[in-house]
Amino acid sequence: MELVQPAFGLVFWMLVSFLIVLFILGKFAWKPILKALKERETSIEDALRSADKAREAMENLKADNEKLLNEARAERERMLREARDTKDAIINEAKGKATTEANRLLQMAREAINNEKQAAITELKNQVATLSIEIAEKILREQLKDSAKQKELAEKYLKEVKLN
Amino acid sequence: MNKVLGGVVIFLSLFLFSASPVSASDVHGEKKEKFSAGDLIIEHITDNHDWHLFGHLSIPLPVIIYKPGNGLQVFSSSRFEHGQASYNGFHLDAKNHIVAEDNGKFYDLSITKNVASLLIVIVLMLVVFISIAKRYSENKNSAPKGLQSWIEPIIVFVRDEVAKSSIGEKKYEKYMPFLLTVFFFILFLNLLGLIPLAPGGANVTGNIGITMSLALLTFIITTISANRNYWHHIIAMPGVPVWVLFLLTPIEILGMFLRPFVLMIRLFANMLAGHIIALSFFSLIFIFGEINQWLGMGVSVVTLIFTIFMTMLELLVAFLQAYVFTMLSAIYFGAAVEEHTNHEHPPHAEISEHIEEAAMV
Repeated sequence: MELVQPAFGLVFWMLVSFLIVLFILGKFAWKPILKALKERETSIEDALRSADKAREAMENLKADNEKLLNEARAERERMLREARDTKDAIINEAKGKATTEANRLLQMAREAINNEKQAAITELKNQVATLSIEIAEKILREQLKDSAKQKELAEKYLKEVKLN
Repeated sequence: MNKVLGGVVIFLSLFLFSASPVSASDVHGEKKEKFSAGDLIIEHITDNHDWHLFGHLSIPLPVIIYKPGNGLQVFSSSRFEHGQASYNGFHLDAKNHIVAEDNGKFYDLSITKNVASLLIVIVLMLVVFISIAKRYSENKNSAPKGLQSWIEPIIVFVRDEVAKSSIGEKKYEKYMPFLLTVFFFILFLNLLGLIPLAPGGANVTGNIGITMSLALLTFIITTISANRNYWHHIIAMPGVPVWVLFLLTPIEILGMFLRPFVLMIRLFANMLAGHIIALSFFSLIFIFGEINQWLGMGVSVVTLIFTIFMTMLELLVAFLQAYVFTMLSAIYFGAAVEEHTNHEHPPHAEISEHIEEAAMV
């Protein structure tokens, strides 16, 4: 029976000491420990969450970079193409212009040549006419030196001129 | 030969269980008295006014007596000379209880073996947990180290698996100091009881006074923090016909007191049984040794194996009982602060669960 009879002294010391321990540990041990555990858990959770976020941001950044790179590549392609096109256009234009200019100059030269030629021909004609007249004058003078011949010629023309 | 046997037993007892069997070897060896296993066991599991170390060496503990009209008296228990002498009108009876010679009323507040164990555990707890707490506040957010990493999983377990799951996320924090203190208090006392050498070996958690005090605290906290819902369930269970209430309400009221009572008995009986079984195995050596010393030595080998097994089991029980006491306290607190009525889980289901659990343990 002794086993199941609580001793007064033991219960007294037990309650007193337990309550003191409860108070001291509650204030100086459990409170800081539980607080620290909670803080650590939140900080771990935060760290995990921010790591997730960072990874997501990294992925976004990577995608962005990829996009940017692709865009840059496309842009370069476009610029190259444009440059080529422009170059071709410029060359073609230059070629065209040169051709027309050459043609124009050729035309002008031809016209000038023609004009010169006409002028030369005209002058030649005039000179030929003058020379012919002088020659004719000289021939006539030679032939009509004696009066007999002048008379004969006059007669001949008179004969020709029929008095009709 | 007896000396050799005694030496072997002393050696084994140092490793296996409390120092008491050594005194038995004295009884066996020197005084040639008949060995009584019952006396040995009772001596070990009951409280004492001195702390037996080994052989005839024991530490006298202070006796504190308050007698109304006579004031407070403090003196060493060695004054009683193991019940041979009386001092200041008090003497020890055959069961090591202090009795007043004039049969007057007095209060025995002595520092007995159990109280001394209690004080040792308290100092241990204060040192361990305050030093750990210091590390927590000094190295915030760093990984636990040393003792801290051994204790931390237990604290987290008590918080998450015991408090949060039984009391609820919202209200558990208020009860954490009590639950943690009770858990480690019981655990430390249980483990200390397993160590055969002083300062261990005392049967503290197997003492009804200790378990009664703990259960009383659980009961007081439950009753103080009980809300309207709790009382409503006890006095008039909702959704039950009035005529059933005449039967149910007394049962519920009885149950209110029965819960801490069961809590008290379970821890007490488990720890007491563990000590008794281990000591019984030891006593077998001496019982057989009295018949024939060779037989005693033969039995000691078997007993050794059994005792190792029992000690392993007791190690498990030390943790298990600390857990069960804390868990059930948390469940009672949880029932006391539960907000709305959950008709799917009426309190009886919970109680019957406990009864099953109690039967199991």
